[in-house]
Amino acid sequence: MSPRRSLLSMEDLDRDGIARILRTAGRFTEVMGRSNKKVPTLRGRTVINLFFEASTRTATSFELAAKRLSADVVNIKGSGSSVEKGESLKDTILTLNAYGPDIFVIRHRGVGAGNLASRFTDAAVLNAGDGKHQHPSQALLDLYTIEREVGSIEGLHVAIVGDVLPSRVARSAITGLTTMGARVTLIGPPTLIPWRAESLGVETSTDLRDIHDADVVYVLRMQHERMGAGGYVPSLREYTSRYGVTHARLRPGQRVMHAGPINRGVEISGELADDPATLIERQAANGLVVRMAILYDLLVEPAVASNPSSLEPVVAA
Amino acid sequence: MSIRLVQRDGDPVSLVVTGVRKLDPAAGIDEVGDLVIRDGVIGGDPAGLERIDGSGLVAVPGFVDPHVHFRTPGKEDAEDIASGSRAAAAGGFVTVVAMPNTQPPVDSASVVGALFEQAQTQAAVRVGFFAAITRGQAGETLTEQGELADLGVVGFSDDGVPVANAEVMRRALRYQQVTGLPLVLHEEDADLSADGVMHEGEISTRLGLTGIPGISEAIQVSRDADLAEYEGGRIHVCHVSAEETVDVIRRAKTRGIAITAEVTPHHLVHTDERVLGLDASRHKMNPPLRAERDRASLIAALIDGTIDCVATDHAPHPAHEKERTFEEAPFGVTGLETAFSVCYTHLVKPGTLSLELLVRRMSADAARVVDLPVPTLADGAVADIALIDLDAEQVVGANGFASKSTNSAFLGDTLSGRITMTIAGGQLAWQA
Repeated sequence: MSPRRSLLSMEDLDRDGIARILRTAGRFTEVMGRSNKKVPTLRGRTVINLFFEASTRTATSFELAAKRLSADVVNIKGSGSSVEKGESLKDTILTLNAYGPDIFVIRHRGVGAGNLASRFTDAAVLNAGDGKHQHPSQALLDLYTIEREVGSIEGLHVAIVGDVLPSRVARSAITGLTTMGARVTLIGPPTLIPWRAESLGVETSTDLRDIHDADVVYVLRMQHERMGAGGYVPSLREYTSRYGVTHARLRPGQRVMHAGPINRGVEISGELADDPATLIERQAANGLVVRMAILYDLLVEPAVASNPSSLEPVVAA
Repeated sequence: MSIRLVQRDGDPVSLVVTGVRKLDPAAGIDEVGDLVIRDGVIGGDPAGLERIDGSGLVAVPGFVDPHVHFRTPGKEDAEDIASGSRAAAAGGFVTVVAMPNTQPPVDSASVVGALFEQAQTQAAVRVGFFAAITRGQAGETLTEQGELADLGVVGFSDDGVPVANAEVMRRALRYQQVTGLPLVLHEEDADLSADGVMHEGEISTRLGLTGIPGISEAIQVSRDADLAEYEGGRIHVCHVSAEETVDVIRRAKTRGIAITAEVTPHHLVHTDERVLGLDASRHKMNPPLRAERDRASLIAALIDGTIDCVATDHAPHPAHEKERTFEEAPFGVTGLETAFSVCYTHLVKPGTLSLELLVRRMSADAARVVDLPVPTLADGAVADIALIDLDAEQVVGANGFASKSTNSAFLGDTLSGRITMTIAGGQLAWQA
């Protein structure tokens, strides 16, 4: 038995590791073009999706990813489970662990929920978003989308715009992008840029005009509770007028990304969000193959990983 | 009125520790010889007494801790006076003072009376109590400090929370003229700290955890030093953690303000890098572990006397409360059982601090900040002694803890400097 591998943070992956997952995602993209989209790779394996926090994209794509890989999948949501009765994360993991899962995919509001869970199970743990900390599968699908639609990440300039402070999407993307050799600039009101963000290896700016130089403009969701009295910005109105991304503020050829859910007319204009030239829909679509690639990477032995037969379609009996 | 320290009744020790290094820096004692304890008092005729071999061991005045949490009343699943004082004894402490942030808080004569009663039967070492500065520690109305002082509390503290209202703090300082007792202050600006869970710095930015900036502490200390000067009062600052605070205290002492301060072992040897492991049980406490420059500043301040003493802020929590995500878990780590070993291993052995200074800062100086009796090895003194094997190594937690709780920042670490025996108030309190 090789030791289990978990993916709790983008800091767990080096450049080779990221490149390997993106390559595998490319192969799954080919598979998804076939009429039979199911492969037997994870037949007999058990994936438990444990979502303590609301999610549409991530929960759906992880479920579908596991099913396309022929794994047995169990989906547990915070509401309707024993979590509602006050069961602790520890006890939930210990209980589910008794069923012998190969991997837990966990979404939780608390920073380090994946780290905590991994202390109570020998199964692999995949962090599907832990509070303001990390969301590595989002970063990998973002990297995959950029690589396919824009080109090599090395040397690319990505501007991440908006509510950076509480954003696990931004934190994961920063780690992934800088690991792959991109230049990253954080742009937003100073109160929404983390303290000494430069220590993350990025540049910072408080002037939206500084997106001019970027190849890709990654717009972050504005978290509404951060407005108004005691909030981080004076008003939604002032935020949108200074930092809202619109066609008029972009240079031709710049590609726009957003992890969703979108606040139309706040951080991004409705017209821009609907523009097919943005990468927003591609991000959602690529979420499936990238999550298949991550499950594959964590659960399949390296020896099997090099065996292309495991990617052959499931033959109907 | 006078301070009341309580220990359970027990037989006085009579013993000769032969060939031991007797080290009492505050009394100018450093010699190798026999340490005689007869009927719980140091010195006297060694004839006929039990003898134990002290060669290779060091006998020092027992340690004093002006900052522990014994969780009673209300949270006895975490600690009580029996287990807490046993943990103190295991760490070489002979006198400790328990904080009043219990459930209910220690803010009335009846709660204090019940605690003295419990200590009378449970306390392995001398235990004293702080009472709250404000009723319910709500920061609004002063407790009946005259009556509480008459009962013998050591001082007043709202530890766990700051006294946010400057006018309330000012009144507490004025009222100090009635009691003469120290105000022991947990210092942070409630708005700047808000929902922070770790030091604000590069690590908090990386982890996405909300930070508590060092200036949150410094600003509050600065306010209270100014108030103490204005009212001619006296304050003791709990668990200093930030470089900015050290600067404030240094300036205040230069101005002649009656201010003293303590620092914990974990702030002296660990930094916020530890939080990268996201283990709340070991590394979530308030004030938080800070940056290396803060740590260096704390060590310098402990050496030059800007910070007067070491105190543990021993803060036990049941495992199930600490086994939660970083933001959900409560603040605090235990400290009594490891305090000396941690400082010896990480500060004395590498040559940062002398053994003599460490003993002073953990014993005589820790006693003085809140007017407690100073333990000494001088002839005729009540035996308050920690016997230490400096070379003996131990793995923290390998044999369990005397405390009910296991949330040690040093769990699993190998430390040197083992406490082999503690004699407190003339009684045998601990033997390894």
